[in-house]
Amino acid sequence: MILDGKKVVALGDRDGIPGGAIEECVKTAGGEVVFSVSECFV
Amino acid sequence: MDIENQRRVKELAEKYGAENLVVILGGAEAEASGLTAETVTAGDPTYAGPLAGVQLGLSVWHIVEDEIKAEIDPEVYDEQVGMMEMVLDVDAIKEEVSSIRKQYSKY
Repeated sequence: MILDGKKVVALGDRDGIPGGAIEECVKTAGGEVVFSVSECFV
Repeated sequence: MDIENQRRVKELAEKYGAENLVVILGGAEAEASGLTAETVTAGDPTYAGPLAGVQLGLSVWHIVEDEIKAEIDPEVYDEQVGMMEMVLDVDAIKEEVSSIRKQYSKY
């Protein structure tokens, strides 16, 4: 497992997949998002 | 990758341990995703930010990669990522990010 039990940094993209969407997904896999942004690729 | 985000990633790696941290990307383009993946593994290639010369070697993946997708609830994935997955060049993104990970990720 890659995400289960891990601290996760979500580096999202407003023109791609935003940080909040990554966060929702990661939660279902048992990961804990500790930092999430949506403007990493600007 | 902007300087503030580099600083946060560096701090979190120090706080939790690089081996416990996983970076998930949502970039729309393969090249930009690859540069971000490089920054959190081999260090900032532009030598502008706090990760210049810092080889964190973090586990880094794009959310559309098969190994990550397989761990996510399919309904939530479809709702949050499904639409964008159809318009992005998923094959190019997978190739770019996995290539960087194989070269530089330590975990």
